[in-house]
Amino acid sequence: MARATVMAGGIRGEAGGRQLVSQRQRALRTFAKNRTAVVGLTLILLLLLIAVFAPWIAPYDPLAQDIPARLQPPSDAHWLGLDDRGRDILSRVIFGTRIALLVGFFSVLLGGVVGTAIGVIAGYFGGKVDAVLMRLTDVLLAFPELITGLLVLAVLGPGLEKMIIAIGLTIAPRFARIAYGPTLALKGKEFIEAARAIGTKDGQIVRSHILPNVAGDLLVFASLWTASAIRLEASLSFIGLGVPLPTPTWGQMIREGTVHLTVVPLYSLAPGLALLLAVLAFNLVGDGFRDALDPKSRA
Amino acid sequence: MLRHIVRRLLLGIPTLLAVFTVIFILVRVAPGDPAVAALGDYASAEAVEARRQRLGLDQPLPVQYLTFLGDLARGDLGRSLISERPIGEQILFVLPYTLELTLAAILFGLVLGVPVGVVTAIRQNKPIDYMGRIFSLLGLSLPAFYLGILLIFFFAVQIDLFPSVGYAPFNEPARNLHYLVLPAVTLGLIETAYIARMTRSVMLTVLTDDYVRTARAKGLREWIVLLQHALRAALIPIISLVGIFAISLIGSSVLVEEVFARPGLGKLMIGATKQKDYTMLQSIMVIYALIIVIINIVVDIVYTAVDPRVRYS
Repeated sequence: MARATVMAGGIRGEAGGRQLVSQRQRALRTFAKNRTAVVGLTLILLLLLIAVFAPWIAPYDPLAQDIPARLQPPSDAHWLGLDDRGRDILSRVIFGTRIALLVGFFSVLLGGVVGTAIGVIAGYFGGKVDAVLMRLTDVLLAFPELITGLLVLAVLGPGLEKMIIAIGLTIAPRFARIAYGPTLALKGKEFIEAARAIGTKDGQIVRSHILPNVAGDLLVFASLWTASAIRLEASLSFIGLGVPLPTPTWGQMIREGTVHLTVVPLYSLAPGLALLLAVLAFNLVGDGFRDALDPKSRA
Repeated sequence: MLRHIVRRLLLGIPTLLAVFTVIFILVRVAPGDPAVAALGDYASAEAVEARRQRLGLDQPLPVQYLTFLGDLARGDLGRSLISERPIGEQILFVLPYTLELTLAAILFGLVLGVPVGVVTAIRQNKPIDYMGRIFSLLGLSLPAFYLGILLIFFFAVQIDLFPSVGYAPFNEPARNLHYLVLPAVTLGLIETAYIARMTRSVMLTVLTDDYVRTARAKGLREWIVLLQHALRAALIPIISLVGIFAISLIGSSVLVEEVFARPGLGKLMIGATKQKDYTMLQSIMVIYALIIVIINIVVDIVYTAVDPRVRYS
């Protein structure tokens, strides 16, 4: 909690104008010096560019079939070969970036907002609200992500939005836990009491005193959970519960490819490598954020 | 100690009850009539009604809830919505395969992960440390199913050392273990990554403690300092984290069972999800909840046994 108070001074302090800059600059500088984190960030930017400009980068239409040429090994025309319907594997891997990042970002956004709200409300207001919300959170937290995700998808059915909701719901209780502790600790601090004493409304206190102080933890958490969300989406697609065909997703491609591992190994291995790089990139950036924001945690 | 265990077991009951309730509600909010889902859109109204009655779905929700809890208390997991076969039988058949897989993976992870963690900690920032950290990071990022496919590709397709998919029953132990190797190594390598990373960071903290310096200062041999002083203290957090990892391992086992086409709880759950077999899904979740609560209790008990500071009053 030492950090929370330091940051409170940095961001909200009356004479904190200069401190605010230096605090943030120091974190940025630590991050920039962290080579692995910079590599991760570069990878993320690259993936983003690939996702946005997929139609221009991909050599072929990812949905165009050429059945007679199916399962063709890599060649000059098709660097990674053709899949079981004669579609260009490279183009499909490139387009797969879109679903991966889309689900990764939006499920973490959904889970992060809902979860943080639950954690802050439970921690700030306490009492019965706290008991009900956090008990529910604990129940959802008990299960591994994949199992919660499967259960929610079983209830909702397939689809892009449903995938985002399922993963978002899986992530939300994790954010609630992260936001809850610091909120509870901050609530008892004098500056919050002082704010309340001068008549500041609850909403205002939460916005300007609680949220800025949990923001650091949430940022670290968001990047690490984007990695997990991407992995989760691929896992669910691999199981066969992903975004409906024919939209190319990495998980689905890996699944289709397993049958043809002896003929066109890259059918499975290439989208898997893309998936690994994406997950790795967000994990590296998450670790980098943590080290930059809390030098003590560096192990 | 015994009192502590009994108390811990009793404390698990409200948690389980809360979990059961959430599962019951979640499965009931699914859109559409489960009986229609089971029989298809073109089933006659009489057939649907008959199925609803047989499965007790025509009862009001509170009655269904109490029946559900009552059946659970008697160890009755109900019947599948789709096949109408008893669910308990199917779960009893697959459960040993899942337990075999996860226990083998945890063992693998401990045997490999703890030494890797210790070595990388004492050689901090040396080449071996960097290699260990890269390995851990890959293990944390690699989805279980992809690692499984890589292992199949190298050890079953390229060199025909292990069977790629499938399983053998327990009454053929040699074949059973032969089929277990690749799935267990897949899951075990991921577990190793988690355990190594965590052992390393715990050891790094412990190694700077005063009593470790004292032990060195009084001339104890380095390996005694490391094993008897540092590692022993490090074991306490490791044990509780291994419990947490065991739970996430259960999640990954779902994928490994799917990749290697092994029977198991995960495979059963995937099937139930695809078929919208809600009664099956509900029962599998109950079993998962039980396993998770048991893991937590075991961790708690081991924790108390290892750390004399924890009072079990």
